Amino acid sequence: MPSPSAPTTSVASAAAHPVAIRDVAREFALAGGSLPVLRDVDLDIEPGEIVVLLGTSGSGKSTLLRQVCGLDVPSSGHVLIDGTPVRGVDPRCAVAFQEPRLLAWRSLSQNVALGLPRGTDKQDGAARVAELLELVGLAEFGGHRPKQVSGGMAQRAALARALARSPGVLLLDEPFGALDALTRLRMQDLLLDIHAAEPSTVVLVTHDVDEALYLADRIVLLAASPSGPGNTIGSVRTVPGQRPRDRAFDPQIARLRIELLEGLGVPSHHEDDHGPTTTTRNDVHRSTRHRNDDDRTDRPVGPRSSS
Amino acid sequence: MSRGGIDIQDPLVEDHLDDRVTEPDRTATGERSTATPDRPAVRSGARARIPGLRLVGWVVVPMALLGLWQAVTAAQVFSPVALPAPGAVWSAGVNLAERGELSGHIAISSQRVLLGFAIGAVLGLLAGAAIGLSRLADTLFAPSIGAFRAVPSLAWVPLLLLWLGIAETSKVTLIAIGAFFPVYTTVAAAFRHVDRDLIEVGRAYGFHGHRLLGRIMMPATMPSIVAGLRLALAQAWLFLVAAELIASSQGLGFLLMESQSNGRTDRLLLAIVLLAVLGKLTDTVIGLVERRLLRKWG
Repeated sequence: MPSPSAPTTSVASAAAHPVAIRDVAREFALAGGSLPVLRDVDLDIEPGEIVVLLGTSGSGKSTLLRQVCGLDVPSSGHVLIDGTPVRGVDPRCAVAFQEPRLLAWRSLSQNVALGLPRGTDKQDGAARVAELLELVGLAEFGGHRPKQVSGGMAQRAALARALARSPGVLLLDEPFGALDALTRLRMQDLLLDIHAAEPSTVVLVTHDVDEALYLADRIVLLAASPSGPGNTIGSVRTVPGQRPRDRAFDPQIARLRIELLEGLGVPSHHEDDHGPTTTTRNDVHRSTRHRNDDDRTDRPVGPRSSS
Repeated sequence: MSRGGIDIQDPLVEDHLDDRVTEPDRTATGERSTATPDRPAVRSGARARIPGLRLVGWVVVPMALLGLWQAVTAAQVFSPVALPAPGAVWSAGVNLAERGELSGHIAISSQRVLLGFAIGAVLGLLAGAAIGLSRLADTLFAPSIGAFRAVPSLAWVPLLLLWLGIAETSKVTLIAIGAFFPVYTTVAAAFRHVDRDLIEVGRAYGFHGHRLLGRIMMPATMPSIVAGLRLALAQAWLFLVAAELIASSQGLGFLLMESQSNGRTDRLLLAIVLLAVLGKLTDTVIGLVERRLLRKWG
């Protein structure tokens, strides 16, 4: 159900849409009963905002993302995009997954073209695909097959495919989770470039606190619900500062990181109250060891550590 | 939704997997239709790289076998009646060709194989796609089809003769039955196992129904389908001989039977060599088609 404001044939980027999640619950039917995953989820997302859903494995963040685009249906409650409810897979959304999920038998440009809205004029479509490949830095690789390019390139193609839909809402399910550390950091910057060029609403799922802090306007932490089995929104945090944010040390963000990590049940080993110190930084680093990367380890933290 | 492990695996799938055998050539009497694993052994290009070695396999080794045959007969290890020399088999062939019989045998056998293969493959594709795509069809019909598959081919022969007579129809039907099951099994398994993630991508990009089938599922199953067709063709030759051994007045299977009762080992060996050559020839043709398709869809 495209809203009046969402052009379905034009290849120009669509307007960013607001998303409203209303009292959404989702439980999965299992052989021996049901598994409640989400309950009482209420969230309003501004048009053009980047919201990161953060949570531990199995916290239902991917499930929530799927409710937004209609790939999965809430057991109760509903999702509104631009004021109209999501019924079935919504053409105003585009999704990219943790794996590129490209069709092996198509070239990268053909894969990107798969994302074009139905009924796109052939020439306009080709121009749009070329433009998107350029945007994600794959202009010279349009003719390659997915197997012939690296994982990062494939993921960039998958991102371009999502953008080809000119989505009002761009949904990203751990889009950089399978990439190596440095590629991941570059992809985060690429996402911000894309968002600057085509500012759709972005909902991104991750369990990487630093990624969330770097990308998000707001971070939604999913946590166990106090009122029954299943997860719900534990807290919503606004990330201070303008993007692109300093990848090096920022005391305000460091404090938020500590809070988020503790919200995820990871001890931050943060000891004192007189502001984060270099030692604290290292402690935080140690506590996020499940990430095999850390762009900050080789950067000086001293000069910025005083607040 | 495969996410969260909610998708309950179909227990029948395991069943089919267990049944799958890579080698299609079992004896004519004891065979069951066979299919291929998901990754068929057809990506042979990756293995046989050295071009010289290839030539050895196609020319030198067969010639050596022929030479061994010649040597054994020249040494008179067996009597010429039991094992005629290659030359004797050749002249038997020339003799039959001169009398205009050989081409008739070859033509009718090829016709039966191709016709039966075409019918069986098309039906196998349709049935396999239906079972593989629809959980309902799978639940309702897969067990019965599996039971029919378990029937050894020769068991059908008396019934087919009774129902369809000894004319072409019964033979082509038997061959079609033989070609049906490999295609059915591989195609059904392939459609069952299309990557759920890719299907989700298709859905996320607005494909459903025939578009999802055409854009995502068919291409994804293409390699398995072609592998199934290849097995079916081998099976078709197998069933041809079974059909012709029992009731026919022409064809390579008939030539086998007739030569056995006349004690013409030379013609008997001729028929076997011809079956080998024709079988390999059709397999090579379909192998070439397969390579082209895999380059496009693999």
